[in-house]
Amino acid sequence: MRTIRQIHEALEKKKISVVELTRDYLNSAQKSKNGEYITFCEERALQQAQEADDLLRLEKKVPWAQKPLFGIPIGLKDNLTLDGVRTTCGSKILDHYIPPYTASAVERLESAGAVILGKLNMDEFGMGGSNENSAFGPVGHPTHSDRVPGGSSGGSAAAVRANLCVASLGSDTGGSIRLPASYCGVVGIKPTYGRISRYGLIAFASSLDQIGPLARTVEDAARLLDVLSGYDPLDSTSSNIPPLQAYLASQSVPHWNRLRFGLPQEYFSGGLSLEIEKSIQNAMQWLESQGAQLVPLSLPSSQYAVAVYYLIAACEASSNLARMDGVRFGVRSQEAAETTDLTEFYQKIRSDFGREVKRRIILGTFALSLGYSDAYYKKACQVRRKIKLDFDLAFQKVDFIIGPVSSTTAYRRGEKAIDPLKMYLNDIFTVPANLAGLPAMSLPCGEDQEGLPIGLHLLAPPFCEEQMISVAQAFSKRGEGSVRGF
Amino acid sequence: MDFEFEAVIGLEVHCQLATHTKIFCSCRARLSDETTVANIQVNSNTCPICAGHPGTLPVLNRKVVEYGIRVGLATHCQINQSPVFARKNYFYPDLPKGYQITQFDQPLCENGWLLVENGDVSRTVRIQRIHLEEDAGKSVHRTGFSLVNLNRAGVPLIEIVSEPDMETPQEAGAYLRTLHSLVVYLEISDGNMQEGNFRCDANVSVMRHGSSQLGIRTEIKNLNSFRFIEKAIEYEISRQVEVIRSGVGVIQETRGYDSSKNSTFPMRSKEQAHDYRYFPDPDLLPVKIDSDWIEKIRHSLPELPDQKRARLMNVLGLSLSDAELLISSKFLVEFFDEVVQKSLLVGVELQCFSKAAANWMLSEVMRLRKEDNIELWQSQLRAFHIVDLVRLVQKQSLSHIQAKQVICIAWKTGQDVSSIVDQEGLKQWNDLSLLEPLMDEVIRDFPRQVAEYRAGKDKLLGFFIGRVMKKTNGMANPPLLGELLRKKLM
Repeated sequence: MRTIRQIHEALEKKKISVVELTRDYLNSAQKSKNGEYITFCEERALQQAQEADDLLRLEKKVPWAQKPLFGIPIGLKDNLTLDGVRTTCGSKILDHYIPPYTASAVERLESAGAVILGKLNMDEFGMGGSNENSAFGPVGHPTHSDRVPGGSSGGSAAAVRANLCVASLGSDTGGSIRLPASYCGVVGIKPTYGRISRYGLIAFASSLDQIGPLARTVEDAARLLDVLSGYDPLDSTSSNIPPLQAYLASQSVPHWNRLRFGLPQEYFSGGLSLEIEKSIQNAMQWLESQGAQLVPLSLPSSQYAVAVYYLIAACEASSNLARMDGVRFGVRSQEAAETTDLTEFYQKIRSDFGREVKRRIILGTFALSLGYSDAYYKKACQVRRKIKLDFDLAFQKVDFIIGPVSSTTAYRRGEKAIDPLKMYLNDIFTVPANLAGLPAMSLPCGEDQEGLPIGLHLLAPPFCEEQMISVAQAFSKRGEGSVRGF
Repeated sequence: MDFEFEAVIGLEVHCQLATHTKIFCSCRARLSDETTVANIQVNSNTCPICAGHPGTLPVLNRKVVEYGIRVGLATHCQINQSPVFARKNYFYPDLPKGYQITQFDQPLCENGWLLVENGDVSRTVRIQRIHLEEDAGKSVHRTGFSLVNLNRAGVPLIEIVSEPDMETPQEAGAYLRTLHSLVVYLEISDGNMQEGNFRCDANVSVMRHGSSQLGIRTEIKNLNSFRFIEKAIEYEISRQVEVIRSGVGVIQETRGYDSSKNSTFPMRSKEQAHDYRYFPDPDLLPVKIDSDWIEKIRHSLPELPDQKRARLMNVLGLSLSDAELLISSKFLVEFFDEVVQKSLLVGVELQCFSKAAANWMLSEVMRLRKEDNIELWQSQLRAFHIVDLVRLVQKQSLSHIQAKQVICIAWKTGQDVSSIVDQEGLKQWNDLSLLEPLMDEVIRDFPRQVAEYRAGKDKLLGFFIGRVMKKTNGMANPPLLGELLRKKLM
């Protein structure tokens, strides 16, 4: 009983109540030694659960249409605000921050009936790929404790895999949903930029950040997408288009012989582990066997993607994180409170950021400064447009692009933490989708010899999540014979 | 000012816009004519967005753009159809996000001009740019600590930057007054300088007369009264001249103005200048302004001071000084316009009527305003009072002195002119049967003067008129009396 459909059946047959279900999940989550959660909102969750049970007693049936996530226990990455619940972004600097408002995406989850269990661990402000950069300790890999779960939404992916929530929300600035999803063997989706409101997502890099779901199945992720998507007047960058019908799309069979899948040569040229390459090739063969066409193509500007990404993201972050100055946000230590000099005050407060965050703030501050901004920030923005153009051209020839999410499976703790550059290069497959604003997802497609999950990376043209979901659902059911509709 | 040197002055004006809500959230930007958001309970006019809570996002108030376009059109600017909001990054406790959202390389308006009348000289001052931005909060410094009030954080501002086209403090003052009256006429700002609705930074440099090489400039910050602005610039010019004379040279720096000492003092030098690290705000998309919108705004513009002055002089026949006096207050000139409008309904000779009405308003009404120390709009006087009054005087049914009495009562009570006239028995005595006996009495009482008049001392006619007037308590019509007396004394 691990998926939304199974839970709804059990609730209707009175095999379990929402309160019992919530308690089960909370209990196992609180017992976990892997550090998935930073904060639990037990009381709030149980109250929501009780209200759901009351409603169910009254209605006798799960109110599907109005509340597609009725009674479903969900975890939130700790950079999404929830009114009255501590929100830390994995940072010491927001240790005591209690937001007075709820993120639009979270509001949508709650009005769809979801029960919010708590706030999930993450790399500080989303900066990292291993969830080792959290002020609240690292997150352990759900099946291999010496490995990292990936990041920055490490808590979100590990908790789903370890059944500490049915689904979770993460955020993806340069791969932060897809990388941990691939390392933990769950489904993780980064929607089109503008598809889900960012209001209440504490910004890392505003032009790249996007909220997305992580779940055990494509269907469940699709249900979350339907609830999360749609225009929000509180976010000027949210697209004014109707919400998705991704769940419906997951129940329809793709027209395989009309579909073309692009294989960027740049994604398969060296550096890729053999097992991952093999897994992806198996996936390609299966797609071909369904009648789809495989089209080799080139994304020439993608070689600059990591450099461009780390400039733009750092520049935006240096500005976004400025409000953590100890005046209203940020912890004011005794030492800082005693200083009478404003500059010294800021120095003391802002020393509380972790190393990686400081590194990026300094990098971004430098790249935006007078005399350097043309060579770095502006140049990066120009190259970003070229990267987007590559994709525009590619999507004139193909319907999807496939490739790996990462060149390796989950690596050992501490392995890359000492070398930031190595860590940055690990983002080579994921950052292009953020730079171009495209929808992309990681989909389990096998395991390596050690049993570590491998993710298949699927990228689609802007606002084509439904088509992407339809293909992903079919792929995920490939072992179960032919896929049928309703 | 020294004749050896000439000054070059440019001004940056910050003007708070009187929109209903703030620029990026739905908190109030303006409460009423009497109360500003700065004066209500500290930090009560805030929300997660203007308080800069992590995770919040700005959404642009379109009204702010419209107000900006109004100023742009009124100052003959080009309107940028796709202006971009940028972040200006700096740390200060009253700046909640650690950056101010403003416009940088793609402002709303560029390349305009404003005609400035300074005494007999009129000069075109070029407007370099007008851009939109959010106001910061307010810091209150106490001994040992400072407090921050965010009530005005996010109130919309426009910054109007002139080219360095002014040469004297008086010219700078005239430019500011012109701009101030413009924003008030456009109804985009309350323009209250005490409240900081309208404040100004002045860029000042001096150079040797006839030189083409601009001197090193200083910037004087946060001047908020016309008088201080002129005085601060005046001081700064003489300071710079002195510094140059002494051979030290001017340092490029930002200076403050101390009004109690009437001097400027250094705040920070060029080396200490901030690097604001401007970049386009990724939370806001470029604004799309189509020509239809611009044209709609253009057609909705009210009559501006220049146009008003021209109409008052050319159509209504007023003198330049009367026109200027009326225009100096938006309420006064609108009241006057209403008087003229209403007079058209009752059929009068337009120019003759307008001049008389202007006279009454600029003399008697202004006197009452001063006497009672209240504004015209706080009195009971209405446009129809002036219309009725001027007509009665022109028909000679009311004397000048009587009319003054009527205005005074209307100012206080708001009663109709006709009922005041009835109530006070103020009908002008044009009735011969009433005047005849009085004139005869005067002729009888002053035989010596009569003899002198008859002997050719014409000036004495005034004496007789005055005597009769006295007997009527000023209720007769002097020209009529003069005519009658002249006949009688022949």
